Amino acid sequence: MLLGEGIRLALQQIRAQKLKSFFAVIGVVIGVMFLMTVVTVIEGMNRYMKEDFARTIYGLNTITLSRWPEVQINTSAEQWREWIRRPRLTFEDADAIREQLDVPALVAVESGGGGRVAAEDGTEIENVWLTTASADYFRIRELKIARGRAFTAPEDRIGAPVVILGHEAAQKLFGDRDPLGRMVKIAGHRFRVIGVLEKQGTLFGMSLDNRAIAPSRSMLARVTAPHGVVDDILIRVDDPDQMQQALMEVEAIMRVRHRLRPDQPNDFALDTADDSMAFWTRISRILYLAFPTLVGIALVVGGMVIMNIMLVSVMERTREIGMRKAIGARRRDIIFQVLIESATLSGFGALIGIGIGIGLAQLVAAVSPLPASISPVWIAVSVALGAGVGIVAGLYPASRAARLDPVVALRYE
Amino acid sequence: MIAQQVIRTEKLTKEYVLGSEIVRALRGVDLVVERNEYVAIMGPSGSGKSTLMNLIGCLDTPTSGEYWLNGQLVSELSDDELARIRNKEIGFVFQTFNLLPRATALHNVELPLIYAGVPAKERRERAASALERVGLAQRMDHKPSELSGGQRQRVAIARALINNPAILLADEPTGNLDSKTSEEIMALFGELHADGQTIILVTHENDIAAFAHRVVTLRDGLIESDVVRDAAVV
Ligand SMILES: Nc1ncnc2c1ncn2[C@@H]1O[C@H](COP(=O)(O)OP(=O)(O)O)[C@@H](O)[C@H]1O
Ligand SMILES: [Mg+2]
Repeated sequence: MLLGEGIRLALQQIRAQKLKSFFAVIGVVIGVMFLMTVVTVIEGMNRYMKEDFARTIYGLNTITLSRWPEVQINTSAEQWREWIRRPRLTFEDADAIREQLDVPALVAVESGGGGRVAAEDGTEIENVWLTTASADYFRIRELKIARGRAFTAPEDRIGAPVVILGHEAAQKLFGDRDPLGRMVKIAGHRFRVIGVLEKQGTLFGMSLDNRAIAPSRSMLARVTAPHGVVDDILIRVDDPDQMQQALMEVEAIMRVRHRLRPDQPNDFALDTADDSMAFWTRISRILYLAFPTLVGIALVVGGMVIMNIMLVSVMERTREIGMRKAIGARRRDIIFQVLIESATLSGFGALIGIGIGIGLAQLVAAVSPLPASISPVWIAVSVALGAGVGIVAGLYPASRAARLDPVVALRYE
Repeated sequence: MIAQQVIRTEKLTKEYVLGSEIVRALRGVDLVVERNEYVAIMGPSGSGKSTLMNLIGCLDTPTSGEYWLNGQLVSELSDDELARIRNKEIGFVFQTFNLLPRATALHNVELPLIYAGVPAKERRERAASALERVGLAQRMDHKPSELSGGQRQRVAIARALINNPAILLADEPTGNLDSKTSEEIMALFGELHADGQTIILVTHENDIAAFAHRVVTLRDGLIESDVVRDAAVV
């Protein structure tokens, strides 16, 4: 009952003095807006990293064996020289891992490059992501075939001239016509289209559908891996709990193959999705640590403004408070009323902040490759923060109001 | 009989400290008001009329002396109990009305019921019938700014009556009204008294005091005279 009365009064006050109320809550608006924008983008990044990035680049439960790490930060020139001198990975390395690995897993080679693909009628597309890979590549990467089929292990072994096109590549080359069974020309070699992938979407603004995949020993390998070697060896572990075990085994197998002495460091890189996630987790943790300080400052300033506004409001309504006491309001009723009023005011500011924050985050998502993901939890947190700031800011004005002597208050002009 | 005594004060004093000076607003007031009395308190400005009303209305506590309301010793009560008494036993009417400017007449009148914890529906009904009683059935949804001075004072009276108080206290209720409106308000007090309401009213105008059947005159914080009239103008 008193709660209803308090909120009603607060809304009345806000409606009667729109501009003043807005300035009163501007600090809270800015704080919450900032919170919502950053949180929405971070949450978006988080989801992106978990659902798209990590899976697309590394794959789930997959170890990527390559010459140097996929994610690099601040690599020194010296480091680069060391990486360049490392031995390349070969088909034999992949075969050895497949044979010697105790942990049940799928093993595939993968090499990549870029180039043009042309249809027989002369239609040509550029900047196509070209991949040569083993037959298990599709299962490791969880690439689904929308039409036709993937190539088989025997086709891979003999290097059959067949190709699987990405959704966009097929669309651009053949339009409405059925691509299955048609021939395409890549780097002067002819391939028969036997399948089309399901649509994948984009990653950081890049299309994942403008691609072509051919067997690892096909003629396309002259483009993707011109020296008879491979870029990466992918090892997908059946049981996620055996990732560590698999990592250790692969490391041991490769060290033996490269004849490394115990005191020599690895001359190859082993990456998992967890590594890239760990990297991202570190960044997001820094963001989560740094920005509460900023949000906190905005909220403290906002709370101080609200406290002042409430003190003025209590002063202006001294007679009203005296009257309320004269008709039976207890101290705690007055305290409650002032607290509800300042919490409503501040919560109202938080709502505005949430609205603007979500809008800003959507804007960021629209004009940059950064994603946005609205989180109901953080909306609730923001509202609670807003109301909390209001309650804390209202404590002092409320106790001032409650301590007013009704006789003095009623005389007040 | 004690039970008939709504108000009883003994040697009530009130002193205010103003810097180094002590203002003795009341210097020992003995007053008994019985059920259904209609008392006017008169006296020159500064004689202690408002101070006495505030003590009787439990808005303030005396410096010394005793005060019984309905046989209950008020000076022993806690803050919360005093608030309850102001809510239930006392109806206060002020010179300046003291209404919430942005609330409707109906909401202004139901305010004491909110503090009494009465459910919304009952509140609405009781406030509506209180407004009917003061002749404002047609003005329930009007805000104070949409009402005349006399109508505002009627809203304030309805608010004071909403909890059926033991006593209705009015401190110069016609001080801000013209003489014609004042007479209408005094007629309303007359009706309430006729219905059995106990009333204490402060005024410094003789023609207003003439409506009461007993006139207590204060001077310098003491009762100077206490006259019961046989023929009160009703
Ligand atoms: N809060 C106060 N502080 C100091 N002096 C006061 C206060 N209230 C009343 N007084 C003094 O007490 C005396 C009686 O005041 P009051 O009861 O208001 O008189 P009345 O209502 O009869 O005009 C006056 O001298 C007044 O100045
Ligand atoms: Mg006075």
